[in-house]
Amino acid sequence: MSAPAASGRLSGAIAAAELLEEVRRVAREVAAAHADEVDRRARFPVEAIDALRGCGALSMAVPAELGGAGAPLAEVARAGFELARCCAATGMVFAMHQIQVATIVRHLSLAPAWFRGYLRELATEQRLIASITSEIGTGGDMGSSIAALTPAAGGMLTLEKRAPTVSYGAYADDFLTTARRSPEAERGDQVLVLHRAAETTLEPLGEWDTLGMRGTCSPGFAVRARFRAEQVLAEAVPTILTESLVPLSHILWSWVWLGIATDAFERGRRFVRESARRNGGEPTHVASALSRVMAELSLMRGEVSCALEDYLRWSGEPERLSTLGAVLRFNNLKLAASEQVQRICGGVLQAIGIAAYRNDTPFSVARHVRDALSARVMVANDRIHATDAGLLLLAKEV
Amino acid sequence: MNAELEQQIRDVLREHARLPVDPDRIGRDADLYRAGMTSHASVNVMLALEDRFDVEFPEAMLKRSAFESIASIATAVGSLLREAA
Repeated sequence: MSAPAASGRLSGAIAAAELLEEVRRVAREVAAAHADEVDRRARFPVEAIDALRGCGALSMAVPAELGGAGAPLAEVARAGFELARCCAATGMVFAMHQIQVATIVRHLSLAPAWFRGYLRELATEQRLIASITSEIGTGGDMGSSIAALTPAAGGMLTLEKRAPTVSYGAYADDFLTTARRSPEAERGDQVLVLHRAAETTLEPLGEWDTLGMRGTCSPGFAVRARFRAEQVLAEAVPTILTESLVPLSHILWSWVWLGIATDAFERGRRFVRESARRNGGEPTHVASALSRVMAELSLMRGEVSCALEDYLRWSGEPERLSTLGAVLRFNNLKLAASEQVQRICGGVLQAIGIAAYRNDTPFSVARHVRDALSARVMVANDRIHATDAGLLLLAKEV
Repeated sequence: MNAELEQQIRDVLREHARLPVDPDRIGRDADLYRAGMTSHASVNVMLALEDRFDVEFPEAMLKRSAFESIASIATAVGSLLREAA
């Protein structure tokens, strides 16, 4: 990687398509090389994230006039997909960061001027944003907070929050955090605040030793932050949740899961080809088992692409995005994609058998199967089904 | 008519919005979500309003902003009642 060329590019907007090509290269050359070790040691994919910084990918979604690449959402989703094909943890860290960036960008017109300066800084310094939206004691409801912005000396604000998971919390430069507007505010009366690591103390509440997505390094933390009032986004959190944070999360996560499923299938396809070669060019029974998996992958690709198109079509109409039908639409994407990725990875495992089950073959999908299982627990599917159950009593167009 | 409609809406809110204060003490333009109505409670409010006024909210009305205050609910319900009349 040529560092001088990369830093030269950071000042200007590099064509989004060219940037996507760079991300593909980082995925193949850097993320893939460390994926197994990142998984085994449950460590942050520092090499891949640094390489993404090097090509300016962390400001991919920042508007060009603020020094970013101004890439459309489809390219950002595609970049997450390409990374996840090589290392799911890298893809997920990238996707989560882009969700925070895209959320700030979408609500920038109402935000204090501070945020424009912040995005410029993000583009120049390639800062990584983590989110602190979950909280112990809220029963997993992102739309409710216990932590509150509290006035402090010198016009500053403080907040204290106990978060059950903060993905890559120890590696982030900045945090986007939900909290109640004031100590008197109701639990649902939330705002989003952006605070820097230098304004934040994180006290770990445990280790991150999980079945899958081990490299996202997402333990719980007791968070304390102190910041200025202009670091609070003006838009109310409920609007942010329905217009951007929730649909963008479900879309960008789904593309990451599609990346995991695609690589699992690719490994299966390579196995089938090698076994056919040994079998005098005739497809084996494994090939027909894999053909079923291919149909499942096609279905998943269809849903993931369609949801992205729906969001793009509706993104100019906040009213449309805030309807119950739209809420259901992106909830359904999350449910479908998270179950489909598991089905596909499990299908490849079953079709190929022991060579896929082992950790030490080129056809191993052991990591894929474990990473895929994270999809249904990050925002538990049962919880989404419970929400949808209420909404479908009212919604007419689903 | 309007005062009567708003009173009926307050009755529905009292029963279904699970607000920490009595709806009679909430101004007609006050933000119900900020007053403590959760999105889950708002779904119950929507269902109860449909029952109470024998109307069905069309998809375009099923959004947060239509139910954010007593005034906005009165506008939504009022327009459906006029259509039905």
